[in-house]
Amino acid sequence: MTDTAPDTDARGLTGAGRPIDAEELRARTRRLLADHPPATTDRTDFLRARFDAGLAWVHYPVGLGGLDAPRALQAVVDTELAAADAPDNDPRRIGIGLGMAAPTLLAYGSEEVKRRFLRPLWVGEEVWCQLFSEPGAGSDLAALGTRAVRDGGGDWVVDGQKVWTSSAHVARWAILIARTDPDVPKHRGITYFVCDMTDPGVEVRPLRQITGEAEFNEVFLTGVRIPDAHRLGGPGDGWRVAQTTLMNERVSIGGARIPREGGMIGKAATTWRERPELRTHDLHRRLLDLWVDAEVARLTGERLRQQLVAGQPGPEGSAMKLGFARLNQAISGLEVELLGEEGLLYGEWEMRRPDLVDFTGRDAGYRYLRSKGNSIEGGTTEVLLNIVAERVLGLPSEPRNDKDVAWKDLAR
Amino acid sequence: MTEATERTGRTEQLDLLYSETEDDLRAAVRSLLADRAGHQDLLGRIETDSPYVPGLWKALAGDMGAAGLLVPEKLGGQGASHREAAVVLEELGRAVTPVPYLTSAVVATETLLALAGESVPAAELLAELASGRTVAVLALPLTASPHAKPVSTPSTVTGVADAGAADVLLVSRADGLYAVPAAEATVEPQTPLDLTRPLAQVTTEAGGGTRLAGPDEAAAAVRRGLLAGAGLLASEQLGLAEWCLEETVRHTRERHQFNRPVGSFQALKHRMAQLWLDVVGARAAARAAADALATGSPDAPLTVAVAQAYCSKVAVRAAEECVQLHGGIGMTWEHPAHLALKRAKSDQLALGSAGRHQDAVAALVDLPAPGTEAVGAG
Repeated sequence: MTDTAPDTDARGLTGAGRPIDAEELRARTRRLLADHPPATTDRTDFLRARFDAGLAWVHYPVGLGGLDAPRALQAVVDTELAAADAPDNDPRRIGIGLGMAAPTLLAYGSEEVKRRFLRPLWVGEEVWCQLFSEPGAGSDLAALGTRAVRDGGGDWVVDGQKVWTSSAHVARWAILIARTDPDVPKHRGITYFVCDMTDPGVEVRPLRQITGEAEFNEVFLTGVRIPDAHRLGGPGDGWRVAQTTLMNERVSIGGARIPREGGMIGKAATTWRERPELRTHDLHRRLLDLWVDAEVARLTGERLRQQLVAGQPGPEGSAMKLGFARLNQAISGLEVELLGEEGLLYGEWEMRRPDLVDFTGRDAGYRYLRSKGNSIEGGTTEVLLNIVAERVLGLPSEPRNDKDVAWKDLAR
Repeated sequence: MTEATERTGRTEQLDLLYSETEDDLRAAVRSLLADRAGHQDLLGRIETDSPYVPGLWKALAGDMGAAGLLVPEKLGGQGASHREAAVVLEELGRAVTPVPYLTSAVVATETLLALAGESVPAAELLAELASGRTVAVLALPLTASPHAKPVSTPSTVTGVADAGAADVLLVSRADGLYAVPAAEATVEPQTPLDLTRPLAQVTTEAGGGTRLAGPDEAAAAVRRGLLAGAGLLASEQLGLAEWCLEETVRHTRERHQFNRPVGSFQALKHRMAQLWLDVVGARAAARAAADALATGSPDAPLTVAVAQAYCSKVAVRAAEECVQLHGGIGMTWEHPAHLALKRAKSDQLALGSAGRHQDAVAALVDLPAPGTEAVGAG
């Protein structure tokens, strides 16, 4: 085919009526770079122009930062942009927005909501956080008790407490689930909202962790007002909406591609090579066990990535997060032992609020403590094993006594 | 290339998926094995003089062409690769089929492939093996590791797998590699832990047979044969582990105790979910090894060592869990779980134990043991 007509209709088809292909994306990316040279363009302006050109996330719809193109073709754009040294949107800083809020907004938001929120979210002008977990609702998230009540004008008033909220202290918006009907079983009485973090009823307090840092927050909600237009999905339909968010969370934790000896194992291997005096036979055997496991985890991730590119996503995604948590904990534990006397020390306990969380950052003691959270955050290992057993292997669920009981009558 | 880039840098892409051709091959092999060599057929045979199902080798190796997958067409084979042979082995592992595939169509064939360019008798024997008409095995114990220093075959060697099915024995002597007709050797069956892979003691007379190569070439060729064998054994282990998991899930969904399927108890579910994670990893590792061998990647020795160090443990764990989670029936002779357990445990020792492969990893990625300096693999 020789026709490379550049015009796009609303379905992301080129003038010839064929879907966007790699060649076409490359051409559009080069046009973006020519029109907005990164060297002389303001970072935010460049990112906005990229969004408006449909090159932000090519699988999103036309007009919302995408071109309705296959997701796998994003790599074509990213490669071109990286080669031109173009600025990116610092995805790690806005991971919750990109990974969780955006897919949910896309799936359940009104046209107006999508147009209002997606561009500043992707560009990074507005940071998002997630108000899901509560002190009384962790693994059993559907038991949550934060209440949202409709006022006379049809808007909502929210009262309750959320916990383990990263980025709440810098967030402009939050995705929030709250109980709107306590008289029906727990999964049926939840509603999903977009919450304004600048509302005077929102109070954010740092939550200090075992590492000494406060990556997360507690968020107290007192009479917070939310317009009904900021509801995603129907009243009582919030649990189903939240599944979209949570599915994307698990992909975003532990789904990244890593090189050989990337991640935690690289730290331990480097120490082993550089410090022969620390070596013992017991540690050697355990290090090799973990090195092999880490390399297999890397290959598993690579196989998963190849499946996605080939359009055959498998259930292996669930495996990544489980393996990642176990390996991080085992390797960092080994590292503290390997260090001997130095393993008795810790960098500093002063409470800090890190902008970014790097599980492989700081020192071995920090990595050891922080990685304990890897099997708790984003779905505990125990819950994920249930999910694998029931959804992948088809094993029957445990008998339950909470499915047909009104939320208000549950034990707590 | 420096060691550091060796370890971490190369972006060489391994293809870890299955092609459509490979899927078709899998379906054909699976159907053949289900027809001719189901577990009940095997249970009826393993205590006879020969566990090999009559006619099965001809159907698999000859009619289907599986024996010639590693051999280029110009040398009489199918011109496929280790990727396809790995798929055959996955199926043979699932069914724990007694056939001399790993020993003849992989280890002996790969050994001869290394020599076929220089040696006419090696090329002739290779074509025979590729057609499936002739079976040859290395006269070495099944435990021989590709990472160990090559040794000459003593005149009597024990633990030789599939020697009873072999027409030709490849014997390593001080002056090179020899092809010795089985009729000129003494092959005495041993009683193996794994009744689906017969072992024998083989005695050959000095001086007999046809010389295929001199000692240096022979050592390299044998090593190449064992490396391919170890790499593809990972696929056999993967198939076996997969079968164990599937059977265990099936059983625990059906078996009721305490008025519930036993598979609904979290204590059991988590064990099976964990096993699934292990199998997912084993698949990635086994595919990586097969692809690295198929493409002649310089990374192949490391990829094979990783696959063996990982997959042999997964297969044993899967088979042990299969017996345990089947409860009483899993301990009976009539249930095939023990066939898988015995194969998995023997496979753990075959072609280098997990520990030997880990030692190879240590050497290849420069993670030396205490008190040693980094040394090259081997």
